[in-house]
Amino acid sequence: MTFPEIIEQTFAVEGGFDNAGLVSSQVKAFLTGHNLPKDIIRRVAIVTLEAEMNICSYAHRGHITVRVLPHFITIEAIDEGQGIGDIELAMVEGYSTATDKIRSLGFGAGLGLSNMKKFSDTFRLISEVGKGTRVKMLIHIPREFHPPRG
Amino acid sequence: MKLQEVKDILDAEVIVGNDLLNMEVRTAFGADLMSDVLAFAKPGSLLLTGLTNPQVIRTSDVLDIAAIILVRGKRPLSETIQLAEELRIPLLTTKFILFEAVGRLYAQGIRGCIEKVGETRDLS
Repeated sequence: MTFPEIIEQTFAVEGGFDNAGLVSSQVKAFLTGHNLPKDIIRRVAIVTLEAEMNICSYAHRGHITVRVLPHFITIEAIDEGQGIGDIELAMVEGYSTATDKIRSLGFGAGLGLSNMKKFSDTFRLISEVGKGTRVKMLIHIPREFHPPRG
Repeated sequence: MKLQEVKDILDAEVIVGNDLLNMEVRTAFGADLMSDVLAFAKPGSLLLTGLTNPQVIRTSDVLDIAAIILVRGKRPLSETIQLAEELRIPLLTTKFILFEAVGRLYAQGIRGCIEKVGETRDLS
């Protein structure tokens, strides 16, 4: 049996809240049907929703790329936005610069980045003020769901 | 307990999912902060909330929430109803405040999806 190819899809995220959350539903639908455990799909969807809400809140536009490799899934969120000046401070639970609008939707309480970190196995964030932010997360696929070796 | 019983206990109105009242539910989570719902709610649970925007449905979809109960007599936005229909997530509304709604459900056997943060709950 041959090793399966990498499955990859990129989803565009628009700034603003009209469709905020759409991409997380699309990612969940995209992953369903690839013989992945439900709780892994759920974790990918959770971190995607938080990343998506951040792009909608703080950037003009961005995109999220999900790659399914044999042993893990990566989720990369890249935006053209205001960027983060103090990443250490931004990672503190409860620290937030969110507007009332974001808070009215049930987000913006300073938990987004910590949720992304909590539900991923590896979390990396780089940012440049005035340019944008890149978040890359990795979630392991349990051994019993690895493809058989040829 | 069937969702139909939840509806009766809370004297709730079904906005979406009249055909889904047969589903079984055992656990629930209540919050208005969706980041906390994402962090703590478990699949198959009820979500009790006072928020009415479409992000409540998105959050529920991501987590495989069984059904959403809007408390304090909240009416959902039309986009919210549309999305709940599209994703087939039951949406109910009750006039009870959150405290009363969860108390009444707990008294009839529904339990929190977790008891304390950092613990998992064994309901088997």
